[in-house]
Formats: sequence, C-alpha cells, structure tokens
Amino acid sequence: MKLHEYQAKGVFADAGIPTPDSQLASSVDEVLAAAEDVGYPLAIKAQVQVGGRGKAGGIELVENDEEAREAAESILGMDLKGYTVDRVLVEAAVDFVNELYVGVTMDRGKGKPVAMVSTRGGVNIEEVAAEDPDAIVREHVDPAFGMHPYQARKAAFEAGVDREIATDVASIVKTLYDLWDETDASETEINPLMVTADGDVIAADAVMNIDEDALFRQPDLAEMEEEAADLDELERKANDYDFDYVRLDGDVGVIGNGAGLVMTTLDLVDYYGGSPANFLDIGGGAQAERVRNALDMVFSDPNVDAVVFNIFGGITRGDEVARGINEALREFDEIEVPVVVRLAGTNAEEGMEILDTDLIEVEATLEEAVQRTVDIANGVTDQ
Amino acid sequence: MSVLVDDDTRVIVQGMTGGEGRFHSELMLDYGTDVVAGAVPGRGGETVHGVPVYDTVKEAAREEDADASVVFVPPAFAGDAIFEALDAPLDLVVAITEGIPTQDMSRVAKRLSEVDTRLIGPNSPGIITPGGAKLGILPGDVFSAGEVGFVSRSGTLTYQIVDNLTRRGIGQTTAMGIGGDPIIGTSFIDALELFEKDPDTEAVVMCGEIGGEDEERAARYIGEHMDTPVAGFIAGRTAPPGKRMGHAGAIVSSGGTGTAQSKIDALNDAGVPVGDTPEEVADHVEDLL
Repeated sequence: MKLHEYQAKGVFADAGIPTPDSQLASSVDEVLAAAEDVGYPLAIKAQVQVGGRGKAGGIELVENDEEAREAAESILGMDLKGYTVDRVLVEAAVDFVNELYVGVTMDRGKGKPVAMVSTRGGVNIEEVAAEDPDAIVREHVDPAFGMHPYQARKAAFEAGVDREIATDVASIVKTLYDLWDETDASETEINPLMVTADGDVIAADAVMNIDEDALFRQPDLAEMEEEAADLDELERKANDYDFDYVRLDGDVGVIGNGAGLVMTTLDLVDYYGGSPANFLDIGGGAQAERVRNALDMVFSDPNVDAVVFNIFGGITRGDEVARGINEALREFDEIEVPVVVRLAGTNAEEGMEILDTDLIEVEATLEEAVQRTVDIANGVTDQ
Repeated sequence: MSVLVDDDTRVIVQGMTGGEGRFHSELMLDYGTDVVAGAVPGRGGETVHGVPVYDTVKEAAREEDADASVVFVPPAFAGDAIFEALDAPLDLVVAITEGIPTQDMSRVAKRLSEVDTRLIGPNSPGIITPGGAKLGILPGDVFSAGEVGFVSRSGTLTYQIVDNLTRRGIGQTTAMGIGGDPIIGTSFIDALELFEKDPDTEAVVMCGEIGGEDEERAARYIGEHMDTPVAGFIAGRTAPPGKRMGHAGAIVSSGGTGTAQSKIDALNDAGVPVGDTPEEVADHVEDLL
C-alpha cells in the first residue's frame, strides 16, 4: 500500500523529520486560503500515485495569488497518467543549495533491509543506480538488531555528505529505518532531502510503501488505506470481491487460478496476437460464487470482447469445478461476451462433458483456448 | 532417487487441527506420506486422522522421531511457527502459508543462515517425490515418477507444465514449489544444486516469474556449474511495472528491474532453452532427454 505524499509526510513529521509547511486542498478556493497560511513562494503538488508528477505537469511553483489560482485550476481535475487529480498539497517552497537522497527498502536477494544514501538526489534514483551505482552508498541492516546509529553515520559520511550536516542526515536515515521497521514498510524514502544555505535539511518529498500482508497489525496505517488507494470502479469491485486483480488495457478478459498460471495465460494472449484486459486470479476451489463474481468483473469492463477462463483443477476436481461454473453462468440473464473455458487436471474430461456448451465454448488445451478467444476478440472468426 | 523427501521422511503438520491442515493431512496420508505427528499449541493429546497431536514441535519431533514439518499456520503466526521448527530442530520445513509479512520473513532468513535446516517456501505448494511422499498441497495424481527434476515459483503453473510432460510419458524425480514471496528459504540455485547432485535426475525444468533477480543468478549458476541440462519457462511477460501480479514477489519494479525479458535473456545466455508456451517447454525437455 503506497501512501500519498501528504500522508507519508504526516508520518515522517510525527517522527521528527523536518518537512516544509503545507496544507491539503481540493478546490481553488482552498488552495488560495492555504497559500495565505503557508506563504509565497510555494509549490502546488498533485496528490496521485504516479511517478514523474513534475514532468507531467502535476507540480507547479507559484509566487502570488494569480499564479496560484492558475496552477490550481490547471492541476485540479487534470488527468495524470490515467488518474484524476482531486487533491493538491500546497507547500512552502524550499530555497535549497543541494539535494540528497535517503531511503530504506528490502533487498530481497539478500533477505535484509538496506539503507541508501546518495548526494545525487532530486532525480530518478533508479536511473542513478543504473548509470553510476557507486553514487549510492548501501548499508545492509541485520533485522534482528535493527539499525545501529553508527551505520547511519557511516552511510552518510561514505556518501560524501558535508561534515556540517552529516549527523543530521544520519539521524534522518536512522529515523527512516525505525519507521520502516515499526510500520512494516517495504519502502521509506525521501527524494529530494533538501539542504538549505543555512545548513538545514528538509524532506521535500516523502515516499512510504506498507506491506499489505502486515496491515492486520498496523491499525493506524490500515485506516489510511482507503484514502491512499487511487482505485477505479473495477479495482474497487475487485477489492470487495477479494480478488487479486490488475487492470490492463486490452480486450481479452482473463480468469484463472493461481498467479503463475494466470500470468502465463496473459502472456499467451499476447503471444497469439491478442491483448489482455486484466489479470484475475480466483484462487483455489472455483466455487460457484467466486466464479460468478469473476465473470461479473470481466463483464463489467467495457473493453472486454471475449473471455478466456482457464482452470487447472488439482485438489478441486474438474467435475466439481465444472458444476461451479455452470451454476455461476446460470445466474446471469445473458452471457454478455463469448466465454471460452478450458479445464485441465484431475477429472478434466468429466468436467468438460458437464460444462454447459449452450452458454460457453470449451477447448481442450490452454493453447487452443487462448487462440480461440483471441480470434473472437479480433473478429477473425464468427461466434 | 529423489531430493529432500522420500518414503523415509517423517513429517509433522504444524496447524494440523485447522481446516487446511486437517484436509491436507488426510491427502498426504492417502498419498503415502509418513505423517507422524501434528503440532498445535493447546491441542496436545488429540488425534487427527489417527495421528497424535502435540503442543510443541519439539515434543512432536522427540516423541515421533520426525525430521520434517509442513506449516499450515495462518500468516500472522506462521513466522513464529517456522522459528519453532528451526529450534526443534528439523532438517526440512515446508511453509505453505501465503501472506506472511515480509519483515517476519527477513528475520526468519537471518536465523536460517545460522542453522542447518532447509526451509522451502513460504507461499509454496510443497514438494513431491512421485510414488514416495508429498509434503504440501500439490495434487498427487498430476505427478508421475520419472527422471525430470522440477522447480517453480508457482503452484498451478507447475501442475500445468507437469501435465504437458505427463501426457508425453515424462515423469519427475522430485518437484518443488519454492514459493511466490519476495523472501524465501530455498532459492532456484539451492534447488538446482540438489538436482545436479541427484544421479537419477536427467534434466531439470526451472519455472520462474517476474520480480527479483533469483532467475538471473540461477542462470549464471547453470552456465558455470551444471552438467544436467535445464529447460526454462518465465511467466509475466505482459506484466506492467509496479503492479503485484497475484504473488507478493511477482512485481516488475517501477524502475524496470525484474522483467521477464531480463530473465529469459539470462537463461538463454546460459544455454537454457526457454519455452514461449507450456507445450514448448515439454518440447525442449523431450529434446534434452
């Protein structure tokens, strides 16, 4: 779960990390009122979960009411990479001389947290990592001990942070690690961490990602979940149905069981010349209710022209799966787009015989099912 | 021959009295697995499918001379259950649980580096030596005994490709799902090493997916250290960056690392043929044998 900038900044500020004065606003009037409190010059920043907001026109620096009004009018309601901006952060501009990068994440290869410090902040850090890996100092942390303060100092000094501010930077790194640890974060990051002419350091941006599997023990953060999520209607529905769902931009709906097999089905749609509309994993069992909900998901997507339903029955036998599918299909007044089903695994033959071919098509192999569905979606064959 | 499990493996089921634990204990017993004990705190003295339940893993291991466990404990308590199994100590722990907080697994990974126990998973479907034993939730009748070692990050995709092989009469020495989480106990390299050492494994199928760089590391290992031929498959070619594709570990970073293409290229560079479809993987295996 990725927090919005304003949410993450709130958490960082509560932990004692300096952040610029700011207020959240959702209308032009609110922006102007906030500007009066915060004072010019200030930045108006779109609160959406997309990278590269600045380049896409989602951040504007303004000097007076007139510019603030103009910027607010242009940013509020704008579409940023598919997300509509409905809130902005009105934030005091920082007069900086330097921009640093500090962050904590999980190094999954090593199975350990790692803190990172770089004097090349203010740009995309993954690009820095690719071009000049030595520009980022990495300090791995033993998760059983947590971060020793010396590790944060070592990282700051080795990164070449000026001696005058290095201990302040180290203290922020240590705080970021402690927050990471306490909140079950997968990532805490400040980019840029701005350095002013007076030698103050201040978090001009804030990134915080929380492990969704740990939200059950992070009640305060779980409360932020709804506000944090930029979900469209379908994604919201998938949440309600408790599906692993990812919306894509193609026209072939995909339903299957098991993450690896569903990914493979998407890849095959692409391989055979189609374009997948979604990833949807219904999990084990394929009970009628899950199947009905999954079909409701893909039928609700206006882009979908045909659906491939690929189930590998293992523990749940093919005949039980087929009965579940039939039961689910009969709950719909009409099957809105063609559905091609493929069953495999234990008792698959029995299952395929049971399937109601008045309502759906059946193919014997995964490859054939995907090709058939792609053909229908591409209008190659008659239904 | 086989790797890690066979009909001598004596198995404890952690979480045996829960719905999943009870159900799969029965299926494991039916398959012929030597399930000798359950371990559930506060439920010592009960029996499940005729198997005695103990309060602690240590007691279960001591009383029933067990050397392995399967973890069906819910995510909030599964990290602790794995620590308990490591402390018993057991030789092998197979964690089926999906959804264990990543930071819990980071602490488990640290402990694993200090002990001799092998952990498979978490978020694993388990491990099976066809005709010998299965530890986990794999459907036994999809598999058949043979000469191919199988290692995968996914459950149903494993069954799919194994099914493609079975229809050509190709069976497995051992098949294992190493799990779809970001931090797991047994990596591809660990599994490949075991298959390389097994004299009966004539070829290996390695089935990876997007996220992390374990496949890339495994490709280098294959190129430098393996004589046994390997065929590959990588799921997630069409996955967009920054989206978790079902498995917690199946995510292409927003900076573009962990892509399917990077893994396919690494495997190809190591001389490993990678199938575009599950059926093509079976073609490659047939060529290798």
